[in-house]
Amino acid sequence: MSIIVHNISKSYKAVKAIDAVSFNVEEGELFGLIGPDGAGKTTIFRILTTLLIANEGNASVSGFDVAKDFKSIRNSVGYMPGKFSLYQDLTVEENLTFFATIFGTTIDANYDLIKDIYVQIEPFKNRRAGALSGGMKQKLALCCALIHAPRVLFLDEPTTGVDPISRKEFWEMLKRLQQKGITILVSTPYMDETSLCDRIALIQNGKILKIDSPENIIKNYEKIIYDVSTRNTHSLIHDLKNYASHYSVYAFGEYIHYIDKNSDFDSTNLRKYLEDKNHTEIEIKKANITIEDVFMDL
Amino acid sequence: MRTILFIVQKEFKQIFRDKNMLKLIFILPILQLLILSNAATFDVKNINITFVDNDQSAESRALINSFKASSYFNLTAPLFSEKQAIEEMQKGKTDIIVNVPINFSRDLIKEQQTSISVTINAIDAATAGIENVYVAQIVNAFGRNIITKSNYFSTNKEVPENILVIPSFWYNNTLNYKTFMVPGILVLLVTMLTLFLSSMNIVKEKELGTLEQINVTPIKKHQFIIGKLFPFWILGLIVLTVGLLISKIVFNVPMLGSITLIYLFTSVYLLLVLGIGLFISNHTDTQQQAMFIAWFFMVIFILMSGLFTPIESMPEWAQRVTLINPIRYFVEVMRMVMLKGSSFVDIVPQFIIISLYAFVMNGLAVWSYKKSN
Repeated sequence: MSIIVHNISKSYKAVKAIDAVSFNVEEGELFGLIGPDGAGKTTIFRILTTLLIANEGNASVSGFDVAKDFKSIRNSVGYMPGKFSLYQDLTVEENLTFFATIFGTTIDANYDLIKDIYVQIEPFKNRRAGALSGGMKQKLALCCALIHAPRVLFLDEPTTGVDPISRKEFWEMLKRLQQKGITILVSTPYMDETSLCDRIALIQNGKILKIDSPENIIKNYEKIIYDVSTRNTHSLIHDLKNYASHYSVYAFGEYIHYIDKNSDFDSTNLRKYLEDKNHTEIEIKKANITIEDVFMDL
Repeated sequence: MRTILFIVQKEFKQIFRDKNMLKLIFILPILQLLILSNAATFDVKNINITFVDNDQSAESRALINSFKASSYFNLTAPLFSEKQAIEEMQKGKTDIIVNVPINFSRDLIKEQQTSISVTINAIDAATAGIENVYVAQIVNAFGRNIITKSNYFSTNKEVPENILVIPSFWYNNTLNYKTFMVPGILVLLVTMLTLFLSSMNIVKEKELGTLEQINVTPIKKHQFIIGKLFPFWILGLIVLTVGLLISKIVFNVPMLGSITLIYLFTSVYLLLVLGIGLFISNHTDTQQQAMFIAWFFMVIFILMSGLFTPIESMPEWAQRVTLINPIRYFVEVMRMVMLKGSSFVDIVPQFIIISLYAFVMNGLAVWSYKKSN
């Protein structure tokens, strides 16, 4: 096990940020923490990177206890905080050299590891970090987090505020790093990114709701979801919510996702109901279940 | 050691990249030294004085003339009623009203004594006190003159003894206030600059989030702190050097003692200031908070430093408070070494206090700096 978290709790005064969280991450696994803002993802990262001390429970990273062996952890993990936190007034190269030096290494020593990523920002190596675009900043931050060849990589919302293409590229980079044997713990509020993780933990209000691989989570979801659309979306939501046997109704892309309480639900009854409510161009079909649907139901 | 050097190098890079910061560091202190040293004078000059001469005699005119001769007073047009003169003071057109009574001349010659009334605008108490002394000096000199004259004519051979005080001002014999002020203002500038820069420095990394990244690295507390503060120690000494050059070239302030001694004291003193700055930095979350706290201390330190008001004339409790004011000791040492030529032995008490103080303050600061919470 690369990361072991056992019953960790942390409160900020009266607010309980995380409540008895437990999970394990295996060596070389790409593990995702999925949850909305304020779910407690950053608190978990801060505890595992020794920046924060938990009130209860214990945790270890690469076999080192986060409370007792924090010095060893600082030497062997890479951390990329959610907020860009490199020196904006130093150039790309200076930032990288700086972090290499304080880890007691050099860029050349671990160049292999960052090569794929660094070549993309190398043309701007004399530009100040503050003047880089969002995607470039993330790449630089990843390079700095990797420069000392860490065994475990912590990435706190690395793709927040990054364009879709850069996000895709970023995940491809993570996949390549994983192949080099680095354990990666990544958090994201974007449900669509979860399918790229080996396993995910769904987290909300400081509690872990479910841990499994994305496929299993979807496969084990027993309810049937229907995509419903009509001409008048606004009154559709209202009318569906008034339908006697409705379980949950929420907007999802161009459709409204509808789940019924009864397992023997017949869509023709619903169609009839909607026709009575003067809806036109009614479309009802079974939807592909996504992590987001599972999350909405938790 | 390599890590420390690298952080120092990084700090300097960042300082020199921030063009506004550079201006702040070098141009502002120079301007302040030039402006404040010329403006912050204890001399009271250009005093508007109004005479209400009810006597209109040779003696009263002689008295008015002796005021005219003084370079401190500007005589306004003479008025003939006290009421008018008070109106003038209400309007702020005059600072002092001297009312010469009707029988001034007669009483002076006959009775050998008379009185005049002097009204001083005391909105600024310190100025009023000094004006009072000036007026008294001129009136006394005038009085002596009259006595000598009248004795010359009188048959009475008993000459009253005149005690003449001739002061001799040591260490600053022309009472040049610039000689007195420049070392003090220089102290303020060095302290302010290093305190503000150091107190905002680490908190700036907190604010930008870079501290979070630094804290996950294996960097050691002492490496980071020394690396962060050393550049400001150097900057403090540079500002001192620039200030000393200006005080020599522009103000011609004497440098009787050893300049090495000043540098030695300053280098220890700066450690103390940096320690205070670091302490503030540790206990604040934003640069704005740090700035407010640094200002709060700075204002107290300045006003209680003995630079603008003598410590001896403060109330007992306030005098005790000044004992923990680092600026007080630095001002003392600067004046002693520059103007009096004191040697190391003379400043040993201040040196010991500042060294201990620096040790305690830095201890507290390092202790309160935490990489995790």
